[in-house]
Amino acid sequence: MEKLERILKEHPFLAGLDDKYINLLVGCASNVAFKAGEYIFREGEDANHFYFIRHGKVQVETYVPQQGPLIIRTRGEGEIFGWSWLVPPFKWHFDARAVEVTRALALDGKCLRDKCEEDHDLGYEIMKRFALIIAERLEQTRFQLLDIYGNHSKK
Amino acid sequence: MATTAKNNKTAPRGTADAMLIHPFSIRRVVKETFDTFSLELEPQSGEKSYKFAPGQFNMLYVYGVGEVPISISGDPTKHKTLIHTTREVGTVTRAMRNLKVGDTLGVRGPFGSSWPVKDAVGNDVVIVAGGIGLAPLRPVIYYILAHREKYGKVVLMYGTRTPEDILFRKDLEKWRSRFDLETLLTVDRATGAWKGNVGVVTTLIGRAPFDPLNCVAMVCGPEIMMRFTVLELQKRGVEEDKTFISMERNMKCGIGLCGHCQLGPTFVCKEGPVYCYRNLKDVFIKREM
Repeated sequence: MEKLERILKEHPFLAGLDDKYINLLVGCASNVAFKAGEYIFREGEDANHFYFIRHGKVQVETYVPQQGPLIIRTRGEGEIFGWSWLVPPFKWHFDARAVEVTRALALDGKCLRDKCEEDHDLGYEIMKRFALIIAERLEQTRFQLLDIYGNHSKK
Repeated sequence: MATTAKNNKTAPRGTADAMLIHPFSIRRVVKETFDTFSLELEPQSGEKSYKFAPGQFNMLYVYGVGEVPISISGDPTKHKTLIHTTREVGTVTRAMRNLKVGDTLGVRGPFGSSWPVKDAVGNDVVIVAGGIGLAPLRPVIYYILAHREKYGKVVLMYGTRTPEDILFRKDLEKWRSRFDLETLLTVDRATGAWKGNVGVVTTLIGRAPFDPLNCVAMVCGPEIMMRFTVLELQKRGVEEDKTFISMERNMKCGIGLCGHCQLGPTFVCKEGPVYCYRNLKDVFIKREM
């Protein structure tokens, strides 16, 4: 538990968060590991967690019929992924798969949602941090949509 | 730390010299991607060496078709051959692509300013390339690797549209296997077979291993990519006067006479193509430019 607390406390995402909230988050956290190629979650499933990647790489993908999986983004060490637990209907919109052996901290979003409802100060702190992540993802997605590299490859 | 890109002594000085086209023979043609190719050239005139600084360009003339500015993508520490990498985008580059080994190509140059590789000595070096923007930066990597002990950490971040668009695969494989060069690749889109990063090149900057207060950043790619990259570098704390970008405009004469490549108060062929971001930022973000 002490180790989980240290990991969470040192993560830039939670920088400046009060110790009492860190302790609360520790109660919602668990260590998880995924084999290379293993799905972490699939589109349409209940979104009840988000993850701090400690080691490894995860790809967020969607399945395109007759084409196979199309990779949308990859996430690596130190990054956070998964925010569907925060917004209704609390379902994953994409698949997530470990590219290589991946170790992460899984935060129970359902447990955290309840705690945020009980304590709005905590809710505000969490929302503030996730708003930044969501804004960054939106910006990156827009940039990706610009398709800036000119001529298109034949594939 | 210098705040300007270097004007080079290797550039032809007199107007007459600069306008003189030298015939070169094509020694090798390399297909890099479906629309991008490299030409390895050697002078026909018996000159033993060809010197240029990383970031400079030549005007390449396909006889009877036309002349285009193409950056030099070869090794600046090797003076016997000249390598240019370009994408097939217009009449001249299409004709260039059809040239064969032994054919003749006219060369004028080298022209323009260069990346500040000497001023970067003692610093970390951050190289960010997008698409074909890796071509003018490859000489920087060759140069730094030839003088590796003089630099701190060196990071190359390279983004392309898809895995099929990645240039210089053999070089990248070699660079990735080195412990003294951090090579990070990403593509904007990929299918399941790709095991590398997916996402725009700016997503690599946040966690790349370099000291933002002690680094020189060199950025080349589409202008919009450079714009977002500079913003991301600034978020990490990299200063404007340590950030360099390479611009592309319609260059014709190569010596700042014709005015085709004017960008605000500068001519890209003469004061550029490599600029210190601080000196260019006012015109760089102006859409009228």
